[in-house]
Amino acid sequence: MTEGRALVVGASHAGVQVAAGLRQQGWSGEVVVVGDEPALPYHRPPLSKAYLAGTSSLQDLALRKAEFYAKHDIRLVQSTVTQVDRAAQEVGLNDGTTMGYTHLALCTGGRVRTLDVSGIDMPGVFYLRTFADVESIRASAASGSHAVIVGGGYVGLETAASLRALGLDVTVLEAAERVLERVTAPEVSAFYERVHRDAGVVIRTGAQVSAMAGDERVREVVLRGGERIPADLVVVGVGLVPNTELAAEAGLHVENGIVIDDLARTSDPRIVAAGDCASHRMARYDRLVRLESVPSAGEQAKTAAATLCGKERPIAALPWFWSDQYDLKLQIAGLNVGYDELVVRGDPSRDRDFTCYYLQQGRLLAADCVNRPRDFLKAKLLISQGERVDRAELEAAVAS
Amino acid sequence: MSVVTFISHDGEKHETPLEEGVSLMQVAVDNMVPGIDGDCGGEAACGTCHVVVEDGWIDQVGRSGPVEEEMLAMNPEREANSRLSCQMRLSDSLDGLVVRLPEFQL
Repeated sequence: MTEGRALVVGASHAGVQVAAGLRQQGWSGEVVVVGDEPALPYHRPPLSKAYLAGTSSLQDLALRKAEFYAKHDIRLVQSTVTQVDRAAQEVGLNDGTTMGYTHLALCTGGRVRTLDVSGIDMPGVFYLRTFADVESIRASAASGSHAVIVGGGYVGLETAASLRALGLDVTVLEAAERVLERVTAPEVSAFYERVHRDAGVVIRTGAQVSAMAGDERVREVVLRGGERIPADLVVVGVGLVPNTELAAEAGLHVENGIVIDDLARTSDPRIVAAGDCASHRMARYDRLVRLESVPSAGEQAKTAAATLCGKERPIAALPWFWSDQYDLKLQIAGLNVGYDELVVRGDPSRDRDFTCYYLQQGRLLAADCVNRPRDFLKAKLLISQGERVDRAELEAAVAS
Repeated sequence: MSVVTFISHDGEKHETPLEEGVSLMQVAVDNMVPGIDGDCGGEAACGTCHVVVEDGWIDQVGRSGPVEEEMLAMNPEREANSRLSCQMRLSDSLDGLVVRLPEFQL
């Protein structure tokens, strides 16, 4: 069963974890991981956090050291897969060659959502997804003094905090009426707007960008309505587009992401998928969910590796996320989709630590925990148990 | 060669080379020591790299810091010598270090 060549498309968190998982599960055939970036596979979350702020090093960024791949006979290939031919069991690469496989894992991740405005290609305007992006931003930040961030999601806010730490003036432009609108309760949005303003960041909500303006490089961000905001550099963080084209063109079921079952199998059970590119029907939330989460990528990848080795290890771990901004460690347990009740512990309008619990019909769905790791770990447990909790119980359970 | 030893919950020993300057979690992940996940990549955010330092070593290794302490506080397998291995930087003076792994990571 474990002879042949396992080919992993994508060399980020999920892809590398599939490769490692294959070896851990005793896969004795070949393992090839194809990725399109030149660097050794690396941790993405620190890019907008500690790595941008300069408090972590390149060495800390590597997912595994170089020797790991040699030691475990995992072949890293830098190339771009352009096609999957399921019938021939081979992939096409961008140099025109093909590579055969017996087992295939799609860990194609995502790419930044682009902003369709004039001047977006101007020097000084950056997106943030890759190591190379952050190197460019850091270089630009070294000589600039005013940064404009387009997008008040986690990446945008983390970038704002990191650039502030580097001493820049920072303006965040958010098109919606509040930052983090898609992902958190209004109380949490208000909290982050407050702490960023306290740190000297200008937060503009309801701000629609209509163009980038400048000469040989960007000088201003133009808002709909005509207002012009000076900018030495612009970082655009307006979301992620999953890389599902390969799967779709190969005829696999795609619904926002590549649809996978509890064993990480795509609609072709011989092909697995994991990570940002995958949509998984989660029984706990009774819906198809595509998560942009390193822990979920790892969980799905472990399952995908087991499946390729002929073992059953259903995807089970509760999704969770984290975000570092200033001295604030936000840990999010679960998904808050469909909550009907909010319980807030602490005072987010004043404190720097609080927990926001999201309930649905008396059961805990999710919790946003700011500087409250104990609440986070307790919430993970309570959500996993799925029992009804009442407010008093919740408050007693988290007393620390 | 300097080494560190991980003892799994069922008593299995994994001896790995000690690499100066990197975290104990990273050494475990690089050597595929089962039972250390390190989901968050070393930011003390997930609590999946919990180890218990063997008695003779805790003074040299040092005890958990405040952030780490918060992450460990809720852990049912927490012991006096518990640490998050991502917060432990290795140096050659720790040659021979022995840590035990809990039954479950969070």
